[in-house]
Amino acid sequence: MFALVHLVPGDPVRLALGTRFSQESYDALRERSGLDQPLLEQFFGWAGRALSGDLGVSFRSGETVTSQIAERLPATLTLALASILVALVIAIPLGTISALRPRSIIDRIATVISQFGISVPDFWMGIVLILVFAGTLGWLPSGGYVPISEDPGAWLQRLLMPALVTGVVSGSVITRFVRSSVLEALGSDHVRTAQAKGLPTRQVFTWHVLRNALLPLVTVTGVQLAYLLSGVVVVEIVFSWPGLGQLALQAVQARDYPVLQGAILLFALVFLVINLVVDLLYTAIDPRIRR
Amino acid sequence: MTGQPLPPPDAPIAGQGDAKGTSPGPTTLRPARPRWRETLGLLARNPTAAVASVVLLLIVVLAVFDDTFAPEGANEISVTDRLQSPSWSHPFGTDDLGRDILSRVILGASVSLKVGFLAVGFALVAGTLIGLLAGYYGRWVDDVLMRVMDMLFAFPAVLLAIAVLAVRGPGSGNTALAIGIVYTPIFARVTRASVLGVREEVYVRASRSVGASDWRILTRHILPNAAPPIIVQTSISLAFAVLAEAALSFLGLGTQPPNPSWGLMLAEGRGYIELAWWLAFFPGMAIFLTVLCFNLLGDGLRDALDPRQRTLMAGGGR
Repeated sequence: MFALVHLVPGDPVRLALGTRFSQESYDALRERSGLDQPLLEQFFGWAGRALSGDLGVSFRSGETVTSQIAERLPATLTLALASILVALVIAIPLGTISALRPRSIIDRIATVISQFGISVPDFWMGIVLILVFAGTLGWLPSGGYVPISEDPGAWLQRLLMPALVTGVVSGSVITRFVRSSVLEALGSDHVRTAQAKGLPTRQVFTWHVLRNALLPLVTVTGVQLAYLLSGVVVVEIVFSWPGLGQLALQAVQARDYPVLQGAILLFALVFLVINLVVDLLYTAIDPRIRR
Repeated sequence: MTGQPLPPPDAPIAGQGDAKGTSPGPTTLRPARPRWRETLGLLARNPTAAVASVVLLLIVVLAVFDDTFAPEGANEISVTDRLQSPSWSHPFGTDDLGRDILSRVILGASVSLKVGFLAVGFALVAGTLIGLLAGYYGRWVDDVLMRVMDMLFAFPAVLLAIAVLAVRGPGSGNTALAIGIVYTPIFARVTRASVLGVREEVYVRASRSVGASDWRILTRHILPNAAPPIIVQTSISLAFAVLAEAALSFLGLGTQPPNPSWGLMLAEGRGYIELAWWLAFFPGMAIFLTVLCFNLLGDGLRDALDPRQRTLMAGGGR
């Protein structure tokens, strides 16, 4: 990634200084940002400082990268967690009911909903929602972010539409996994044995079907959460949501290497942490994995 | 509570033997090539997949003969016709420069599909080749190739595409390349998994024992038998490629004005959303319809190419 970031054409120092600058200020900023050093030296210097939590200083704003990330992180976390909540609220009941009643009307409705969610461009859905709820009905603001500590009501109002858009898309993906994993668990030998033993339906479902269907659900929820924490740039732009995706996009456009490297390092860490949590959850859900 | 009995996961698939190749029955001596006529028949009997295929065919025809079907030139400006709502003369309305939206949507199909096919074509060729080599040779070849793929896979897809476009510059060709690079690891993983399932089959070992070259084994025996999941992945990836092209053009990094692209039209229409809803609505519908059809076709192909599903469908059940 370091190499790719540095392959981006354009002089970041020139972009940071604007149109009018002296050679001295150009050289000074170039030296201060370490861009006058060989690439390998820049990489090891950056990696060494990153290990101690110093991600450098933004070329554009002069602020530290950690402070910029810390400023954007609450908005990103809020949207990602709200979206995954919406997704699970949609996916678990819908996927389970459609698996319990395959080929029924509810199964068909679930299939249509999940196909819609997977196929609809999220940014288009966002624009349509803004048109209806902000423009025509005037119920919700069209975008922006207010911290919960400032005004919980305004925070919720601004969160609803972006969370719904990203939640519907992720929920559609998760619905399909829930349906297929519940169907697979329903057809397994141990469920048939439990039914043959005469266990109550609720008990069979809770202890034998749902528990086995949880593993794929945890995996796909982890993947979706990682995506939501790093990949909703376009939705952030539609709703003027000041998240990390927008920060990374602005960094690419301004050739702001330290910010871009910092953001991507964070995305990679999120990916690793989520994978670790998923693995730990596996062992909690399925005792066979512990052995 | 109704359960759907399914065969155990390690049960041999009819005509293929088991995945490990340890207990080959007489049927495994011949490679189980995908039966195309049967597959197409099953696809035709699946109403959703059949309708999706027909709609996709129509979109492709519109895209190929865009100049013939578009009522007006995509960039014909008419100041007197600015922001006209849908009517008989302009069924999808006009934009802020008086350009006919229907014509631009039809010409946008050509751009979006071209980028989609180029991107998936790149990912298909590169990913399949990497997956074939990694799966067949294993050991260090597998380790090196798949770790590189894992690294690419760990990047957020949109950001990776944005970074590639920042290096290469905006435009349709570079958008296709960026999306192609993003989807290569998926094809590599799907192909590798599929190759691992067939590389120890009796017909592969038999071919090896009579001295067939690696290239012949890979192209004549392994690839055709590993193809079904790759074909399904192709259809699904086309859907995502159309979406990705729209997203990148929406951000101003993909197709550049005045060329019509659905994503770019959406971005242009966003500013007029309260004044002229049709500017963003129709390009969005075009993206949605195309992506939906590719997804439905992918589902239909998966049902038709999965032998377990095939047996259930042939038996009248699902």
